Amino acid sequence: MNISNEEYGELTKRRSHNSKLYKTVPMAFLTGGLICTLGQLLTNLYMMTGISRDTASSLTSISLIFLSILFTGLEWYDRIAQHAGAGTLVPITGFANAVASPALEFKSEGYVLGLGAKMFVIAGPVIVYGVSASVVYGIIYYIVGLFMK
Amino acid sequence: MKYCEGRTMCFRKPSVLDFAAVAGKTENEGPFGGIFDEVIEDNKGGAETWEQAEALFQRRAVGHVLRKSGLEPDRIDLVVAGDLLNQCVGSSYGLKDYYMPFLGIYGACSTFAEGLLLGAALVNAGYMDAVIASTSSHYSTAERQFRFPLNYGGVRTPTSQWTATAAGAALIGSSGKPPFIRAATIGKIEDMGITDLNNMGAAMAGAAYDTLTRHMKHRGTHPENYDLIITGDLGQVGSDLLYDLFRRDGVDIKSRHKDCGMLLYDRTMQDVHAGGSGCGCSAAMMCGHFFGRIRDGELKKVLYCATGALMSPTMVQQGGSIPGIAHCVELSSEQGG
Amino acid sequence: MDYLWAFIVGGILCAAGQLLIDLTKLTPARILVSYVVAGVILGAVGVYQPLVDFAGAGASVPLTGFGNLLAKGVREAVDQSGLIGAVTGGLTSCAAGVTAAIFLGLIAALCFKSGSKINS
Repeated sequence: MNISNEEYGELTKRRSHNSKLYKTVPMAFLTGGLICTLGQLLTNLYMMTGISRDTASSLTSISLIFLSILFTGLEWYDRIAQHAGAGTLVPITGFANAVASPALEFKSEGYVLGLGAKMFVIAGPVIVYGVSASVVYGIIYYIVGLFMK
Repeated sequence: MKYCEGRTMCFRKPSVLDFAAVAGKTENEGPFGGIFDEVIEDNKGGAETWEQAEALFQRRAVGHVLRKSGLEPDRIDLVVAGDLLNQCVGSSYGLKDYYMPFLGIYGACSTFAEGLLLGAALVNAGYMDAVIASTSSHYSTAERQFRFPLNYGGVRTPTSQWTATAAGAALIGSSGKPPFIRAATIGKIEDMGITDLNNMGAAMAGAAYDTLTRHMKHRGTHPENYDLIITGDLGQVGSDLLYDLFRRDGVDIKSRHKDCGMLLYDRTMQDVHAGGSGCGCSAAMMCGHFFGRIRDGELKKVLYCATGALMSPTMVQQGGSIPGIAHCVELSSEQGG
Repeated sequence: MDYLWAFIVGGILCAAGQLLIDLTKLTPARILVSYVVAGVILGAVGVYQPLVDFAGAGASVPLTGFGNLLAKGVREAVDQSGLIGAVTGGLTSCAAGVTAAIFLGLIAALCFKSGSKINS
């Protein structure tokens, strides 16, 4: 080879066209904003029926999850997500899609070893690190609380 | 008698006798729609799973070659095949029912060239009279295995490529008729330090440059001596890098170069980003289009250099890079001396 | 009015994620993990809840909101039950979302088939 890996890396960067930020960022903003607005609408609707804020919030999450999973099954979610980028990934819709899609995909390898085992192959880290962070926080919070007394 | 120059093998006997390509809907909607012997519109053809579908594609491609040649499977001395799937199941499951002696190979997307050169060498040496080289790839199986579930809403980067749903098969023997396999150079593994799973073109360009350079050096030729220099699936990024690497040597390869990944799809109309990829991509283009043009004499001398990225998700997750490999086969409409 | 803020804050959080995807080498998976952990941290120091009160779904729907929910759950559980709350609080507070995802994911997998991604 007539070139070092470092030089080749530089060349690659030049030749690799990157995402057009002026397209992707506004799309993410728009779709993410719309999804959150829909969430707000749902929360308000639920609260109008007399449900408490916390429960309405949970119901909103469940509703958005339901819609994401439905869209995933209908193969619409992926088409939207291609254009929306982080707009569908960051809201809870991304999490729901990440759970439903491997379950759907690996069904062919069986209900237990395929669907069941692989359901969290993409979303797993979110649970692992989110819950772990909360445990650490809980311990710190408790210890701080002891000192405050 | 020694048929080698450097490590390039030179052949006198082998030709590609018959060839066939099978493709899916997206491939048939590209600029070369209509060249395939069979199109399986739903990419599944009645198979239960995607893996079985890919096996079906390859089985059909070999079936068409057998039909065209008029040979029964028991007349075939060897089928040398491989694909991208774990344990090469596209090939093993696809071809097991033919009961032909089978050699499984793995060259990632360079598999078809690897199969052709192995077949040519065995025929040239007189060990075999009829060798089939075949390969396949499938968008859905590649996504499942290497990337994400199909319904997952992940975004594909601009440098990523679209795995072709296609299969190609060719029968090699000595018939005295074109297209002749004149020479072949086996590639070395070239690791350019690329770690981006979504930029395979960059991972492979170095290997293509090395193999092509060695081949032309041993043959005493230059790009101008060939009607076309066809790479498998470098895509837009890989092709640009190939030109850069050759330019550093003062060689212009761009004017003769075509890349199957960039030809197979219409990149303005079909959302394939940097182009097509997969073993089936170049196999389908060669079997569906280029072999025919060489046979008819329209193309006299062609280099077919299929490129493969020896990518392993495990190694990449461990922080490793993606090595590339490229094998070069020289095809001609005229028999060599 | 609350719709406007939900839209803007939600949009900004997503746009920030998009910038991270496009400009850094971080994969989407790592970005999501960062968002959740950031949500836990911001919820822990008490900065995120005011944002939720202000922007509603614009702050609770993105994954940072999920992290905040975990932090809130742990805090309330520790207040109620002491140290054991650190272990029980997180999953309890996000039980609705996680369970819904699991169960609905299963139903969907049973009802639908894996797509073909025919590129049209």
